[in-house]
Amino acid sequence: MSVLFSALDQVMSVMHLSYLMLGVVIGLIVGIIPGLGGIAGMSLLLPFIYGMDASVGLGMLMGLVAVVPTGDTFTSVLMGIPGSSSSQATVMDGFPLAKKGQAARALSAAFLSSMIGGVVGAVILSVFILVARPVVLAFSSAELFMLTLLGLSVVASLSGGSVYKGLAACGMGLLIGTIGGAPATGDFRFTFDVDYLYDGIPLIVVGLGIFALPEIISLLIKNKSIATKGNQLGQGLGQGLKDVMRNLPLVGRSSVFGSLVGAIPGLGGSVVDWMTYSFAMSASKDKSQFGKGEIKGVIAPESANNACSCGSMIPTILFGVPGSGSAAVFLGGMLLLGIQPGVSMVSTHLDLTYTIIWSLALANILGAALCIFLTRPISMLTYIKFSILAPVILTLILFAAYQATRSFGDFLALGAIALIGVLMKNADWPRPAFLIGFVLSAGAENYFFQSIQFYEYSWFTRPGVLIIGALILCGLFLPTVFRRMMRKRQTPEEAKAAADTAIVTNFSLDIWIAGLFLLVAVVFGYQVWGEQTLTSAFPLIAVTLLGGSSLMVIINHLRHRGQIATAEIRQGLFYIVGFFIMAFLYFELGFLTTTFVFSLSFIYFFARAGVVKSLSIAFGLLVFLLVLGRVMSVDYPEGLLDGYVLAIANLV
Amino acid sequence: MKKLKHIAMGVVTALSISTAVAADNVVPDTVDFTIPFGVGGGTDVWARFMAPNLSNFIEGNPTVVIKNQPGGGSITGANLFYKRAESDGSDIIGTSASTLFPYMLGDKRVRFNLDDWSPILASPTGGVIYVQPDLGISDSSDVKKLMDQQLKFASQGPTQLELPVLIALDLMGADIKPVFGMKSRGAGRLAFERGEATIDFQTSSAYKNSVQGLVDDGKAIPVFSVGVMNKEGKIVRDPAFPDIPTFEEAYQTVHGKQPSGMQYDVYRKFLAAGFAFQKVIFVPSDVPGEVLAEYNKAVREMIADPKFQEEAAEQVGPYENAVGVDIAMYLGDAVKISPEMYKWIKDWLKSEFNYSL
Repeated sequence: MSVLFSALDQVMSVMHLSYLMLGVVIGLIVGIIPGLGGIAGMSLLLPFIYGMDASVGLGMLMGLVAVVPTGDTFTSVLMGIPGSSSSQATVMDGFPLAKKGQAARALSAAFLSSMIGGVVGAVILSVFILVARPVVLAFSSAELFMLTLLGLSVVASLSGGSVYKGLAACGMGLLIGTIGGAPATGDFRFTFDVDYLYDGIPLIVVGLGIFALPEIISLLIKNKSIATKGNQLGQGLGQGLKDVMRNLPLVGRSSVFGSLVGAIPGLGGSVVDWMTYSFAMSASKDKSQFGKGEIKGVIAPESANNACSCGSMIPTILFGVPGSGSAAVFLGGMLLLGIQPGVSMVSTHLDLTYTIIWSLALANILGAALCIFLTRPISMLTYIKFSILAPVILTLILFAAYQATRSFGDFLALGAIALIGVLMKNADWPRPAFLIGFVLSAGAENYFFQSIQFYEYSWFTRPGVLIIGALILCGLFLPTVFRRMMRKRQTPEEAKAAADTAIVTNFSLDIWIAGLFLLVAVVFGYQVWGEQTLTSAFPLIAVTLLGGSSLMVIINHLRHRGQIATAEIRQGLFYIVGFFIMAFLYFELGFLTTTFVFSLSFIYFFARAGVVKSLSIAFGLLVFLLVLGRVMSVDYPEGLLDGYVLAIANLV
Repeated sequence: MKKLKHIAMGVVTALSISTAVAADNVVPDTVDFTIPFGVGGGTDVWARFMAPNLSNFIEGNPTVVIKNQPGGGSITGANLFYKRAESDGSDIIGTSASTLFPYMLGDKRVRFNLDDWSPILASPTGGVIYVQPDLGISDSSDVKKLMDQQLKFASQGPTQLELPVLIALDLMGADIKPVFGMKSRGAGRLAFERGEATIDFQTSSAYKNSVQGLVDDGKAIPVFSVGVMNKEGKIVRDPAFPDIPTFEEAYQTVHGKQPSGMQYDVYRKFLAAGFAFQKVIFVPSDVPGEVLAEYNKAVREMIADPKFQEEAAEQVGPYENAVGVDIAMYLGDAVKISPEMYKWIKDWLKSEFNYSL
């Protein structure tokens, strides 16, 4: 106990606090810029870490790790761009709220939930870390496999009306997730001899492609400001805080769940937001507003993701096995500070562990407070005409995608995924199902084969496996049972109203998408057919799921030919082609040059802004990229012309 | 007026002196240190330890900037470096075993050629193989008892850092069942701690930090180390683990003779590339001679510095960093795979793991 407070004493020193604050500020900045996230922030701080006092250095790193899932909420809510992989679910309801002019409400609710989630996570961490070792070791490959299944099972509740669409989307995600090396054998699959595909498609590219680009395109087609309803910024801030207070049990549950999932190495934080999102949905009486601007849909994932980054410190500190990407970088920072993870962190170095925990709690509070302070000015962005924002956002997205592997392949993969995203968005297919399938694909396959090789088939009877299995069944069937009971109580009029609104389908587009998916299933299935079992089994399962569900979608629609409404998709496709052209120019002419020329001409001709405004936005963007590139030692694709821009910049 | 001219002259002279001084530094002011791995990984941490030290000992103290270029298990970064590195000494690269192995195995993605790079420094490491205590052995002298039971080994993949260990255990006659797909050696150790894997292997620093405690608690028993190569090219006990026998000694215990033959030769190749040259700093060979000389001088001074030695012992273990012209020869020799060896390793990977090169 005395260690706990002596550590607090140390954290409260001016030196420690100021470095912590530095970490928090950098964490917020990299969190706000989409695609950067914790890993980029760490690489900013690492050069300074070497040779620093261990506890001060840890404080700075912790400040950064803790607030990234807070800061990334800004772009998720305001622009529909998931700031990093931990805030993808926030987009689902946060962005619709912004469209309704309630950005400030969504943001302040998100920040307060983040703060509470982070503090709860830190409290759990401080107790749990002392006893966590046997618990963490109890999760073998078999239990981890069951946990990935639990993650996949939330697809059911996220697929909205159509189960087959959800399954097809999930199958597509699973299949795209198998591109690259097969974990059980090391063989490469679906690479089509393209170097880029050997590593698989990066998560950040998939996230941006499936959510961000389709949103931008549909906003561009409308060409208004993001917020279309009247200005309610004034009362929004307080409203959001009140929303959180009203949903405290939800915040508590999501935080505890988040920190426990974070504590299990190997599952990673990328799905915890979706899982809590779907739990919040199944637990609410009124599900109709989810996906359209339900504040609970913001509160749940935001409480969970901050708690999760606290929880992920457990495997990092105790075993040296990071639970998430930014935890991996934190581990690198620890090593540079000369601290070795392991059991010694809860015996001889317990003071350092408590320093970490206090810094976590403090950083969460400071970060959220700073964000709430910034909410009002930043929310104003949603009232700007979108065509002025578009080039800025497009540049940010390309920048973010390019950080994934720094090759042209990132742009192409982004465009290809965005095509799927645009189609799915227009035909109202569940995009989260796709993303969850993608995220869990590698884990599901890997842990399945590992558990079979370690335990043969006896792993089915492990108690942990049975418990998680029961949880999955409950999650799948309880909501249906509840719904039946609710339906009985519904008055006939309500039931009729529900039936009228339920079927809004889109004949031609659904057929196109299902057909495309079917084609993908055939091509991928053919590709992997002759491979050895350990390489081909999992992709074939995904192919079967994808192909079968797509077929069912087609069959269903041929049956219900009557209720058909067609959707306008040509404009969306037109913009996708435009994107590919732009991506090509960004790469071939030079990232900086194209950014400047494109945003200048786009804002001047398309958005019809004045010369001064266009010039200043384009120039500001250029300076921003130059500074970012210098500070983070990022090389942009130079292309033909950037050499000159850089030469001029170096003179200045 | 005359005075003004005087001042101007003075300024010009001063400027020309300062440029002359700048030109005296043979290594450019900024050196990009490419690391073909992500931030926070083993090679990255090693490079971030080396970078400021390197800068201290190069004349003019250039800024050494670490550029991470992850992808393809380091092949992507190495390919890009091969294509783009400047030949004025402003670009250097740090590699690891996972850069050298694909090169040796003829991975078709490899487009770099190690012959065009000059190594200036190599950080070696060792490694220890250890097993669960319930396998019926109490210390490394019982190694023979391991030969008649199946041993599960949580590994990253057939061509990863574990490759020489897999070859060695097979040579010794152990029945190894590798389970592939571990994200890192750390994940493999976790599987061992969970009791899923019965045999495991860690490099020196990981062994010291995470396994020694298990050994002290009786939860793991070290069997052999891969040893280190001495100046005569002979494998001797690892100075970090003087009590643990080498693979050669363990083999002797089991078979009563020293290992030899093709399989042993292949093992030695991958052992050298993976462990003796575990981390290497390369400079493109087409840099001017005086730049290469300056780099070589700097690393020589660096490893002789007592403060560096002390810190390095903490970071990389009690191993001597190799420098100088001879490592170029040793390294070149280590990564050269004869056609017979290539055929052997290709067939072996196919028959053992059904893996096709």
